[in-house]
Amino acid sequence: MHRALTFLAFGGGVTLTVAIIDQGHAAKQLLYERIFRSATLSAAILVLVILGGVALALLQGAWPAVSHFGFAFVTREIWNPVTDQFGALAPIYGTVVTSLIAMLIAVPTGFGIALFLTELCPPLLKRPIGVAVELLAAVPSIIFGIWGLFVLAPVLQRHVQPWLIANLGQLPGVGHLFKGPPYGIGILTAGIVLAIMVLPFIAATMRDVFDTVPAMLKESGYGLGATKWEVIWNVVVPHSRAGIVGGVMLGLGRALGETMAVTFVIGNAHRISSSLLAPGTTISSSIANEFTEAVGDLYTSSLIALGLLLFIITFTVIAAAQAMLRRLERRAGIGA
Amino acid sequence: MNRRALRKFTNGTFVGLSLVATLTGLACLAAILWTLVSHGLSGMSGQVFREMTPPPGSQGGLLNAIYGSAVMTLLGILIGSPIGVLAGTYLAEYGRISRLSSVVRFINDILLSAPSIIIGLFVYEVIVVRMGHFSAIAGALSLAVLAIPVTLRTTEDMLNLVPIGMKDSSAALGAYPWRTTLSVLYPAARSGIVTGLLLAIARISGETAPLLFTALNNQFWSTNLNAPMANLPVVIFQFALSPYKEWQDLAWAGALIITVTILLLSISARVILAMLQAQRGA
Repeated sequence: MHRALTFLAFGGGVTLTVAIIDQGHAAKQLLYERIFRSATLSAAILVLVILGGVALALLQGAWPAVSHFGFAFVTREIWNPVTDQFGALAPIYGTVVTSLIAMLIAVPTGFGIALFLTELCPPLLKRPIGVAVELLAAVPSIIFGIWGLFVLAPVLQRHVQPWLIANLGQLPGVGHLFKGPPYGIGILTAGIVLAIMVLPFIAATMRDVFDTVPAMLKESGYGLGATKWEVIWNVVVPHSRAGIVGGVMLGLGRALGETMAVTFVIGNAHRISSSLLAPGTTISSSIANEFTEAVGDLYTSSLIALGLLLFIITFTVIAAAQAMLRRLERRAGIGA
Repeated sequence: MNRRALRKFTNGTFVGLSLVATLTGLACLAAILWTLVSHGLSGMSGQVFREMTPPPGSQGGLLNAIYGSAVMTLLGILIGSPIGVLAGTYLAEYGRISRLSSVVRFINDILLSAPSIIIGLFVYEVIVVRMGHFSAIAGALSLAVLAIPVTLRTTEDMLNLVPIGMKDSSAALGAYPWRTTLSVLYPAARSGIVTGLLLAIARISGETAPLLFTALNNQFWSTNLNAPMANLPVVIFQFALSPYKEWQDLAWAGALIITVTILLLSISARVILAMLQAQRGA
């Protein structure tokens, strides 16, 4: 009896100890869990804070210029650090026009590359060419800049621009776009360099989108006797319309904000010329060229206001692009 | 018959055009690489890696710029990647379908494509203005901000690829999610996460615009993180636009160094991914 009681007491003690240890262990585990969970959560929230911080910091920095010039800041062409008169119209014009030229060249070319990679390319070449296109995307923008300045600009100046001036400069309507001396550098050159830069992004996005078209749909087209192009135009393209637009907008977002490649070849002239061959400026290249040399609060603040404008423009474009690509993803998810 | 010929002709034209487009893209890559190699090799010598950036009109190297780039890239990735990995973990493990997660994903994708010059302005306003001077640490922070979205995205994608069975087994053994994440998910997704780090390094090591008004530049050797520091991209920018031949040669040499480094990083990232896929397929 005595023995049995001791045994019971001992047994109960062990259980109790185990329970206590277990409780300590569990509490510790729970603590670690809380720590880890909040660490990941705060990192995720930090991403939101950063974007909010960017917007706030730009607003704060741009405030002196915004309050001084008001809305006229975006409608005036003047940019004179000596008299402290600043307007953003020339950089906005340059940004929009260079990006437009880039899109005019890069969208059809990227479309062609994506089609070639998904529909026409022999399987053996698909990977190497795809990787080559992606490597073009990895080349830093400053490399495009010096290449544009030292290689592309002289070629354009010597061979392409004189031809444009002689042949297109006389045309009614569009002639004024190709007037003036062939500088080599300028709006057109910047547009071409930008086109080469955004080409891999557009091509890669479109390729991924085309890859989501179900083989069944395409085979049905071929089964009806359609040619490759007819399948592409009537099956692949309609099926991936949202993705194509998303890819184009993503490329546009890159082109609008691209800095270094443009800074080398734009010529940095704060004026709006009717000719595409004339030097100009863009929002980002104005900031890159002038920011460290800007003296005076209003000058610095005007450059930050340019940054704020760029932020608003690219934010809108990229957000729209993401929304479209997301819609496509969701649809592909449901389809599969 | 006429209609058939027209269809064949249209088909041939567009197939031809897409071939031309592909060749144009490849030609651009080839032209850029060729220019870099031919100009870069002529400016390349042992001096480039041994000496400091020279004053105008004299010989010199890029040692301080290479050092500065390495330090700031490393610091940038050390600060940025843990945040990216942790946030990616949250999206993949804790908040898979929460409202917060979809907002974070959306914002992250925007940060991923946001112009880097804007990140530079942000760090300038928040750090350089407060501190009163340009510094290497400000440069590193702007690079860190650029590294976060890249690592976040790859971490989330890679964690999502880990088979759900592994997670369930770990949970069935009584492990808390943090244990599962550290001991099962991270090891399983290791090569994928490393790929993300490589891509992030490749992305930030060539960035110029954000460094222009954060780290600025420094003609001399400096290891002080609280002072302006030389770095390859800004040196290339400054030297390439100068009228001095010695500077331009150094700019090309620097351009070659940066591009080769970045291409090697991207290629190794791709090789790791390809191996990963082969493994999974087997």
